[in-house]
Amino acid sequence: MSFVNLLGNYEEAIAMILFGIGFSNLLLQKNLIRKIIGFNIMDTSMYLFLALKGYVAGRKAPIVVNGVQSVTAYVNPIPSGLVLTGIVVSVSVTALMLSLTVRLYYRYHTLDLDEISAKLKKEGL
Amino acid sequence: MHSFVQNFPFISIILSLFGGPLSSILGGKKAKYLNIGIIVLIGCLSGAVLGFVYTNGAYVYSMGHFPAPWGNEIRVGVLEAAMAVFFCMIMLLCMLGGIVEREAEVYETKQNLYYIMVNLLLCSLLALIYTNDLFTAYVFVEINTISACGLIMCKQNGRTIEAATRYMIMSLMGSGLFLLGICFLYDLTGHLLMSNIQESVAAISAAGTYHVPLMIALGLMAVGLAIKSALYPFHSWLPDAYGYSTVSSAAILSSLVSKGYIFLLIKIFYRVIGFNVVRESKVINVLFVFGVAGMIMGSLSAIRESNIRRMIAFSSVAQIGYIYMGFGLGTYEAMIASTYHILSHAATKSLLFIAASGLTDASGDETDFFSLTGAGFRNKMAGIAFTVGGLSMVGFPMFSGFISKMLFARAAVLNSGKMMPTLIALAISTILNAIYFLKTVIRLYTPAKTQNLEKDSFRQISVSEQPWKNVALLFFVILNFALGLFSEPIVALIRNGLGMFA
Repeated sequence: MSFVNLLGNYEEAIAMILFGIGFSNLLLQKNLIRKIIGFNIMDTSMYLFLALKGYVAGRKAPIVVNGVQSVTAYVNPIPSGLVLTGIVVSVSVTALMLSLTVRLYYRYHTLDLDEISAKLKKEGL
Repeated sequence: MHSFVQNFPFISIILSLFGGPLSSILGGKKAKYLNIGIIVLIGCLSGAVLGFVYTNGAYVYSMGHFPAPWGNEIRVGVLEAAMAVFFCMIMLLCMLGGIVEREAEVYETKQNLYYIMVNLLLCSLLALIYTNDLFTAYVFVEINTISACGLIMCKQNGRTIEAATRYMIMSLMGSGLFLLGICFLYDLTGHLLMSNIQESVAAISAAGTYHVPLMIALGLMAVGLAIKSALYPFHSWLPDAYGYSTVSSAAILSSLVSKGYIFLLIKIFYRVIGFNVVRESKVINVLFVFGVAGMIMGSLSAIRESNIRRMIAFSSVAQIGYIYMGFGLGTYEAMIASTYHILSHAATKSLLFIAASGLTDASGDETDFFSLTGAGFRNKMAGIAFTVGGLSMVGFPMFSGFISKMLFARAAVLNSGKMMPTLIALAISTILNAIYFLKTVIRLYTPAKTQNLEKDSFRQISVSEQPWKNVALLFFVILNFALGLFSEPIVALIRNGLGMFA
């Protein structure tokens, strides 16, 4: 029964699998660029999840056209708003992470975080 | 009844929010005065708000006058207002205490950028305290993270950039889980405002449906915020971030940033999920186990550490463990103890960081344990302040740490299932705290060997040489005594505020 449910909601299942992929990349990768890509996959999976939850089959995007004002004509607009906000947040965080990566690369000529830590120890700062 | 005072929380958030961009076009000096002015002003406004809610009770402020399920809201009760006042006080003292180091360690032309970060940090902390909307909370959590990252890396060397990167990675995982929790909760309830979610959650749990998704949402939010506030197994970023950044940043990060997340978690427990649902969930047991582990492991790491600032940083891990252990006990008394410990730890840890910087100044900027021999004689005020902070962390009577340990112990006795592990963990942790803090205090008051004293780096620092740092330390010491000696009204205030949450 639960397996049938899972198949019925395969989009949500895919979103969660993507979340797992992104999360484990962010956690386990040593390369900073791969970490950032993992973070982006994680955030994007969440937007997919939110967009799915706001979607109601057979309804239209929540933009009033031809004077149709009935609530039942449109999908839920709030998750779209949340996704937009989330994108803004993730863009700024990605920019910050990339700039940190550039700084570290100029200093230590590597993207491997563990190697950077080893070099720091050698520097004895 | 409407009063102009009700606008103050919103005005405080906006003031600090606009203080940020304004600092970017000002010079370093002017930005500094602006920042201090803003903190003082917001402190006064929050004081007025505290007075108002104390007599008139909690109120909800709807932004733009949109009615409840659609508009964004601010909610103010006694606890929120008291936290805002307290955070402003601590932040002001941290900024004053680290003024000399900050101006030496941050590039001359980039001084104003530091104040952008501080203003934004204050703004996000206030928003986390006051907001009644979960998604707004998420956005400000991210703003908090970004500005904290800026504070860590403003002292530009390899260490701090690496620490900032590690901090960002852990924080991003935390906020990812937190956001996922919010999404789940939104799906279950269809609301984003805390009070509406609570009604729906009460209906769901009364009907006995959707139990698993609800627990997953609660768990995701709790773990996400736990990662961000450096609960024990997720603390790997903490010692570097606190140990190598400039002293104001370290003090602010340890005393305020992590506390903002913890306060948000308290709000989620009380105002989003509902305390009864939280109490019956298994999630608090997980928090309890990690909290207890943190209390002991954090202290063990601190004992092994020879760098004094990293030692204080590891002690933060232990103290955060105390707070989560209080959540794990799951009783009303334990929540009061945890909330009190937020105040106590914030006042003590920032005191310790600033005192430690005063002591290293007198020892030629060496942070090594043995270089600090006799530093208490060379910088008297810092030595006294460090002793007060250390005794408070150990839980010596008269100091704030004693009261929080007593409250935790009392809460533990009322919880029959978890009484023994809590009391044992408290005892072990107190002994471990005593080992490393008293060891340091004794080292500070051991006379240095004469050949060391002849080194140029070991110099006498008079009380008047570092006026602002000593003023800040003095106020921190007073704050510590005040929390320790007049705990009765403060605990009553917290009880009153938590009562307003429900």
